[in-house]
Amino acid sequence: CFQLFLLLLRFELPSSRKIFKTRVVNRKMTHSSVDLPPKGGFSFDLCKRNDMLTQKGLKAPSFLKTGTTIVGLIFKDGVILGADTRATEGPIVADKNCEKIHYMAPNIYCCGAGTAADTEAVTDMVSSQLRLHRYQTGRDSRVITALTLLKKHLFSYQGHVSAALVLGGVDITGPHLHTIYPHGSTDTLPFATMGSGSLAAMSVFEAKYKEGLTRDEGIKLVAEAICSGIFNDLGSGSNVDICVITKGHKEYLRNYMEPNPRTYVSSKGYSFTKKTEVLLTKITPLSERVEIVEVAGEAMEE
Amino acid sequence: MSIFEYNGSAVVAMVGKNCFAIASDRRLGVQLQTIATDFQRISKIHDHLFIGLSGLATDVQTLYQRLVFRHKLYQLREERDMKPETFASLVSAILYEKRFGPFLCQPVIAGLGDDNKPFICTMDSIGAKELAKDFVVSGTASESLYGACEAMFKPDMEAEELFETISQALLSSVDRDCLSGWGGHVYVVTPNEVKERILKGRMD
Repeated sequence: CFQLFLLLLRFELPSSRKIFKTRVVNRKMTHSSVDLPPKGGFSFDLCKRNDMLTQKGLKAPSFLKTGTTIVGLIFKDGVILGADTRATEGPIVADKNCEKIHYMAPNIYCCGAGTAADTEAVTDMVSSQLRLHRYQTGRDSRVITALTLLKKHLFSYQGHVSAALVLGGVDITGPHLHTIYPHGSTDTLPFATMGSGSLAAMSVFEAKYKEGLTRDEGIKLVAEAICSGIFNDLGSGSNVDICVITKGHKEYLRNYMEPNPRTYVSSKGYSFTKKTEVLLTKITPLSERVEIVEVAGEAMEE
Repeated sequence: MSIFEYNGSAVVAMVGKNCFAIASDRRLGVQLQTIATDFQRISKIHDHLFIGLSGLATDVQTLYQRLVFRHKLYQLREERDMKPETFASLVSAILYEKRFGPFLCQPVIAGLGDDNKPFICTMDSIGAKELAKDFVVSGTASESLYGACEAMFKPDMEAEELFETISQALLSSVDRDCLSGWGGHVYVVTPNEVKERILKGRMD
């Protein structure tokens, strides 16, 4: 009798599964239709739709890349990082003065090349993780901690998070400089370059680098390497940013050099011969916000 | 054909002296056929914060609804409006969350921050923020817009001059782009008022 019951169940299974599904949908209706703030991580719910659009012949969008020349070198007292400031979208320059040297910790900075959203998101995320770790341990962050957090994240996404980084900083164990590739491999080097202009910059480093550089020599060399990338590589351009990190002190020299100023600006400005024709104007006055003033000394009556 | 060229769009924002202007075209098309000439690409988040979205029109509307939802939740919790910088980070996070299956739109955010300092920024479709001190552009006409804005922009313009500049830049750029046009929609926001104007342009 029991086996008969089981048999019936097995035959019933498809329809009962349907009932089970609707029951699940009803129970989890709030989960699927309301867009609550997410718990974190990536969400893949538009992938199917985007694949369908690509199959119909509509090309996927190109992302903002940072073309880039990023460099780092270890000098006598610490680490110097350098970067150019051009962000490209295909062949067009989208941002003439973007920031590619990202803050990770007070003693650690990271330059990013590759897809701009990926470098920004991954450095922001690891910077937050490092801060929480500092609160937990009560110690200054070490460069190798940042390195491990970054490489773990990048490797787990198998190179799809396209961020190539030059990580540098000075911690209790001394100055460190690392490069991290999008697939998660890392190198520890005395001088490093990444990005499309890396060959131009590396040629300068290989010719002129020596151990025990002073601060000024180091800055001069880094600026020269970035300029070499700016002038010879089409994906890099605009200005030179430099960050000098020593034990207990850091200096972020934003736009240290501006070898490409805009010179052909007319002082008269642009004069329009014909004014634009307006069809409709709607003016919305913005009212003043109501100010709440606390009157001192008036306690609430019981 | 790129996915961004399915509907066609042009959005530009410029910074002036204690004011900003944000402008868009009005065409909605399906590839080469125009189906609407009064499409709203710029939407208000709160009195001093506007967002213009270019790209696939369905994602423009969906993303706008989600952002309004998040802003309303923020208003309920914090009892104040979001600052433009905070809002830009919110949009960037929402877009990056869908890194591997993104919303196919590019936002342009413009707002007045503390001390009525204007703030503009744009992002690519996965949330890479690009702050600018002068102007930001997005849409199918973006290459022409870059050129027109570079030539016509001057720093510290007053509201009326800013309106004239942004309108001329927008109309001359969309004239060189088949997929956007059919007039313009310009919002000029100063600390005291919002002036919304509809421009007459080429209807082709």
